[in-house]
Amino acid sequence: MIRPDAKLKENLFEKDIEKKPTRDGFGLGTVEAGKVNKNVLVLCADLSESTRAEWFQKEFPDRFVQMGIAEQNMASTAAGFAAVGKIPFIASYAAFSPGRNYEQIRTTIALNEQPVKIGGMHAGVSVGPDGATHQMLEDIGLMRMLPNMVVINPADAEEARKAVAAAALTPDPTYIRFGRASTALFTTSETPFEIGKAQVLWESEKPLITLIATGSLVYQALLAARGLESDGIGSIVVNLHTIKPLDEATLLTVAKRTGRVVTVEEHQVAGGMGSAVAEYLSELYPVPLLRLGIRDQFGQSGEPDELIEHYGLSAPAILHATRDFTHARKPAHEKHSH
Amino acid sequence: MRYTFCMALTDSEVQKLEEKAEAIRETIINMLVSAGSGHTAGPLDMTDVFTALYFHVLKHDPENPEWEERDRLILSNGHIAPVRYATMAHAGYFPVEECLTLRKFGTRLQGHPERLKLPGMETTSGPLGEGLSQGNGMAYAFRMNKKSNRVYVVMGDGEQDEGMVWEAVMWAGKNKLHNLTAIIDRNNIQIDGMTEDVMPLDSLRAKYEAFNWHVLEVDGHNLRQFIEAVDEAKAIYERPTVIIAHTIAGKGVPDIEFDYHWHGKPPTKEEGKRFLKEIRSMGGKVPHEYS
Repeated sequence: MIRPDAKLKENLFEKDIEKKPTRDGFGLGTVEAGKVNKNVLVLCADLSESTRAEWFQKEFPDRFVQMGIAEQNMASTAAGFAAVGKIPFIASYAAFSPGRNYEQIRTTIALNEQPVKIGGMHAGVSVGPDGATHQMLEDIGLMRMLPNMVVINPADAEEARKAVAAAALTPDPTYIRFGRASTALFTTSETPFEIGKAQVLWESEKPLITLIATGSLVYQALLAARGLESDGIGSIVVNLHTIKPLDEATLLTVAKRTGRVVTVEEHQVAGGMGSAVAEYLSELYPVPLLRLGIRDQFGQSGEPDELIEHYGLSAPAILHATRDFTHARKPAHEKHSH
Repeated sequence: MRYTFCMALTDSEVQKLEEKAEAIRETIINMLVSAGSGHTAGPLDMTDVFTALYFHVLKHDPENPEWEERDRLILSNGHIAPVRYATMAHAGYFPVEECLTLRKFGTRLQGHPERLKLPGMETTSGPLGEGLSQGNGMAYAFRMNKKSNRVYVVMGDGEQDEGMVWEAVMWAGKNKLHNLTAIIDRNNIQIDGMTEDVMPLDSLRAKYEAFNWHVLEVDGHNLRQFIEAVDEAKAIYERPTVIIAHTIAGKGVPDIEFDYHWHGKPPTKEEGKRFLKEIRSMGGKVPHEYS
């Protein structure tokens, strides 16, 4: 059952649900933040249309800074802006930022503790036809390893807008991940959002397993949960939009409740959100855990839906994997009780 | 004391600065011997430039390192931090004795400088090529805010090998950052050898001019010449300025001058004693702890 306090769209599961790319949230969120605070800037490395940086540029031309194709310079220039009180958002594709400029982010933003907000667009295989070079699958890992860095992966364009606006208000270096493809817009302006607070979106009466998802695959996890329910497998679905800091309390609660966990992300399973969940739970409350994601390989050209399906991340794939896992593995608390 | 002046120098002022520079070189040798690791050549050859900056050029306040009206000095080649630490100590930011904690556990004087460890440090640096970008961001922001603070970025010459430097040079040229002055320590050495063998840089002048910078070249050990160049940079309104400071690696200690092997190692205690005796124009003065 969808939790009413999640205040998701009512027609959530209808085929014609409105779709938007999460990167739209970058455009909307930066404009919103720019209205609140005149120190908000957007820097872009020659990708202003596709990153939606141009939405900010149209509204605040004097506060838009064109960097040219130079992501390393963009990261450290932003650190300089921040040192004089600006709140710079930097926009490029995740493959280049934080892909190419990792060390600049590490030294001049994270270690230097400057409140630069890094927008990594076109993350995941759902970039589609551009192929493996542009399908960033390691960014969450790169960013969550850095001390001081906050890592957010919004579930839809509306949540992305909220994440961007919220990030502008904190003093923290922050990475926010965005997708290129249009995906279901299933949250509403009423849906609660707080950095660092995971949300339980779906909760069956007798949940046997927890699905923890991040990014636009949260919607696929919800579709899977509905399918599981009709197969007699109750579940919990968590939207883990903030991967760092991890909402440990919520993770522990759902792990104890269901004793089994499946993680779902459009990222390498090594180092990604599933790893973060596994690291935490294995120290405190080990449960059988299945990580769905990309398994040590690069992406390839194709249509977004085609690729999501190929890599086993579509709703039916999540459903099958979760069903098999639920049947195959006993929950942790049953073992503990003997 | 707040330093806000910058005007032509009298002979006695030059002499005072030269005496400061000597004292700072002495501190640098002492701190490197005490640390047992670190870089020697760069800090010694940039001592005159840092002395000029902290004791004549910069608008700053050692008692209020976060003073909003201060000029920003970015040390991009963080490995020469000992010269900045020593100069800051002599300028009154912290006790000179603290210099001997360089690189030791718990110190504010990290092997490569960290902004959050030491007030007045402005940026965290060490990985090369990143200082100019940060200086650019600051200079652009000051202009947006209609502030008159100036930004100075010190870089090494070997550092110019980094591709990112040229991204930043291009961007500063595009944006006509007249409130930014870069200073390159042209000592012609880097870790693996002479710069022109490792990766030829000449003509640095032609390179910077091609990116729409105003280029000045000075003797980096002639305080008057350096200060005049800084003043000239302030009068250039359409371009950022780079001052190529020609220096002698290891300047002040004849034994190690021009020798790239001293880029990245400290003197031993015995070498330290000898160097202190040899420092040019020190008149053979040896601090008691080494005599």
